[in-house]
Amino acid sequence: MPYTPELKKLIKIVEKTRSKRIEQKKRGEEFPAMSLKEHEEILKYHPDFKEEGRSEIKVGPNKGYRIANEMISLFHARSRVNPDLIDLSKVHYETDVLILGGGGAGTAAALMAREQGVKVLIATKLRHGDANTMMAEGGIQAATKSEKDSPYYHYLDAMGGGHFKNDPELVHTLVNEAPKVMSWLEKLGAMFSKFEDGRLKSLHGGGTSRKRMHYAGDITGAEIMRTIRDEAKNYPDEIKVLEFSPAVELILNDQGACAGAVLYNLETEEYIIVKAKATVMATGGSGRLHIQNFMTTNHYGATGDGLIMGYRAGVPIKFLHTVQYHPTGAVFPEQAEGLLITEKFRGAGANVLNIEGEQFVYEREPRDVEASAIIRECTARKKGITTRTGMVGVWLDSPMIDILKGEGTVRNEFPGKWILFHRYGIDITKEPMLVYPTLHYQNGGLEINNKGETVLPGLIVGGEVSGGVHGENRLMGNSLLDVMVYGRIAGMTAAEYAKKKFKAGRLTLDHVRKYHHTLEEAGIELDGRVSPMILPDYSNPEVRKRQLTTHYIGTLK
Amino acid sequence: MVEISVEVKKGSQEKAKRLQDKHPKEKRVPIFIMGKKYEVPDSLTIQKALEYAGYQLIRGCGCRGGICGACGTVYRFPNSYRIEVGLACQTVVEPDMYITQIPFFPGNKATYNIEKLEPTGSSIAAMYPEIFKCVGCGTCTRSCPMDIDVMDYISKAIRGDIAGAAELSFDCVMCGLCTARCPAEEVQYNVAILTRRLYGRHIAPRARHIQKAIQYIEEGQFEKTIKQLMKMNRKELEKVYNEREIEPDMSEEFWTPKNKINLVIE
Repeated sequence: MPYTPELKKLIKIVEKTRSKRIEQKKRGEEFPAMSLKEHEEILKYHPDFKEEGRSEIKVGPNKGYRIANEMISLFHARSRVNPDLIDLSKVHYETDVLILGGGGAGTAAALMAREQGVKVLIATKLRHGDANTMMAEGGIQAATKSEKDSPYYHYLDAMGGGHFKNDPELVHTLVNEAPKVMSWLEKLGAMFSKFEDGRLKSLHGGGTSRKRMHYAGDITGAEIMRTIRDEAKNYPDEIKVLEFSPAVELILNDQGACAGAVLYNLETEEYIIVKAKATVMATGGSGRLHIQNFMTTNHYGATGDGLIMGYRAGVPIKFLHTVQYHPTGAVFPEQAEGLLITEKFRGAGANVLNIEGEQFVYEREPRDVEASAIIRECTARKKGITTRTGMVGVWLDSPMIDILKGEGTVRNEFPGKWILFHRYGIDITKEPMLVYPTLHYQNGGLEINNKGETVLPGLIVGGEVSGGVHGENRLMGNSLLDVMVYGRIAGMTAAEYAKKKFKAGRLTLDHVRKYHHTLEEAGIELDGRVSPMILPDYSNPEVRKRQLTTHYIGTLK
Repeated sequence: MVEISVEVKKGSQEKAKRLQDKHPKEKRVPIFIMGKKYEVPDSLTIQKALEYAGYQLIRGCGCRGGICGACGTVYRFPNSYRIEVGLACQTVVEPDMYITQIPFFPGNKATYNIEKLEPTGSSIAAMYPEIFKCVGCGTCTRSCPMDIDVMDYISKAIRGDIAGAAELSFDCVMCGLCTARCPAEEVQYNVAILTRRLYGRHIAPRARHIQKAIQYIEEGQFEKTIKQLMKMNRKELEKVYNEREIEPDMSEEFWTPKNKINLVIE
């Protein structure tokens, strides 16, 4: 639906201040960026700092660690299945490398593992490619322009974004591998936005010191995902895919190694045993947990399954106390609620404005700072814009982009967003967008080294489910990079493990029994909670009340 | 194993309240899901309307943001000959819509070695010979929820205009609605990705600067200074971070920093 008359009136105010802001931008005058000290001040408004939103994990390797309550409900829960009901002697699939998750990291891992000559099986919750990678819009960072950039600056930017807490080894590998990933994707035929001579176009992202954000229109993740998925489908005999079959538990063997997984066929509702020499965990993030009731940009299947499967098997977690809220999710029209409005809009010069059409924050602060400033403007300062349905947001002044960079820029650079808003009767080249922070990215996750290895032999982890490379806050364009770099590495490490290090042993789910036991010992009230969640519950509670004979285990029938 | 937990019930009540708050005096409209009538708030998308009606989606739901192509949907209004299409997550319900989702439609995919394939019309013809059966009816174009001129990119592919087909099909989400309705039994979206990959691999000029960057990294040009950064304590690292030179927003493409340290300048 188009903007309501009330909102149209408020847009007039934005238009009034626009020409002055354009002039300033042209002169290179920016709204002052905050100092590191000011960052610390404003971060008090960040949802991560709301103590009542967190509690302590009472069991496992990170006992005592405080993380979001919604995540705690995964960790303080029993397995979906009673291990005693599962017959591990009946193996349904056997493979060299089992990959849990068919998104960017999982698919990149599959391609690299195949190159090493091993058999690969991908098990994925929905369709192959249905993942957060597909939804990443803005771009992928890589220091490819040597006359102004190098991995040195990329390293600095990533560390600064992560509050200098990132794992240095992981960041080192990330930035060094970045140009190789770009070359790999280019050779696979991904259509990046280029100048006529082939030079990659690049933009700033929040917290970058050089323009190193490469992109493919405003659907960079989709372009990468559909390209590598197409490539994986070119090897149907070597890379097999089980769709609608998410993993619910890892299987270990009596050598103390990971040896496969229990999958759940969402359609026939049966459990499936997969035996593997090496297992790659690439299950992605957890936006659908809706931490502190925030809306999310994430995929339907992003429920943090890998975190709890890995944790039950003894893998520690890192940096899960921070969650990334993307500063700009759509709040109007309501049908688009939570939808990602890429940071590239701000990279291209669009200001962020309050109800008076005034700037209150530089538009390219690191994401946590930008999000905190928007939350402060709408809460403490009460200068947000409220819609009829009670949603609050601030303006993102997209019409500035065509004025600054020439008519047609928005339609060329943001075709996806243009069409989407156009369908709702909003022309983003003429009218600004209404935005508010939205739950976007799981900064932390399972602990890995720079080969993707974990404390559990045979379990290799890559992508959003891992933690460490982004420290406490990820920069734009480092997530697509992360899934590509560490997805590829995970595939290579897993193939090598399968070929050289694997030792066969008797399969067991004892770690699950033990975890159940520690939950009981800790005296945790489980109230029938189970995890992983697998899918969020969006069905109508009124209908559920009338489903008198339907049994739910967790959110699923 | 216990069924619905207390937690879930509590959550459901809160959710029910949130739903109510959000749709205070919402108008409700009748829709027909696979022919069966439900009354739903008129502001919902088809996807949310299915959930409101009581469905728990497994198939036909993906990114919920209009890019993954999982929720291709067709619908029709009474007394209308037209079949309309949309992505369920992006299309708002209208009164008397007859809706069905097409979460999967079989479509063959050729296998190929993209590196060895020539970027020509005959490569496409060898992989997907059925595209020559195109009768020019334009149903594919009318079936595209992304407003892509599908027939046009197919005719470009037939003519061997790989670049044209690649550019025209760039917004394709591969939902398969075109394929579901094509009388010539084509798999347009797979033709499209083949043209895009051929274009990206063989026709678009290479970004040669990437190879330079890789070369410098492999030579270890930055290893020493990055290792120094890795060893710094937080204070030292903050100092270097704060002093780093920032490329201006409105810089030209070939902007270079004043400080050339940690760069390789030829």
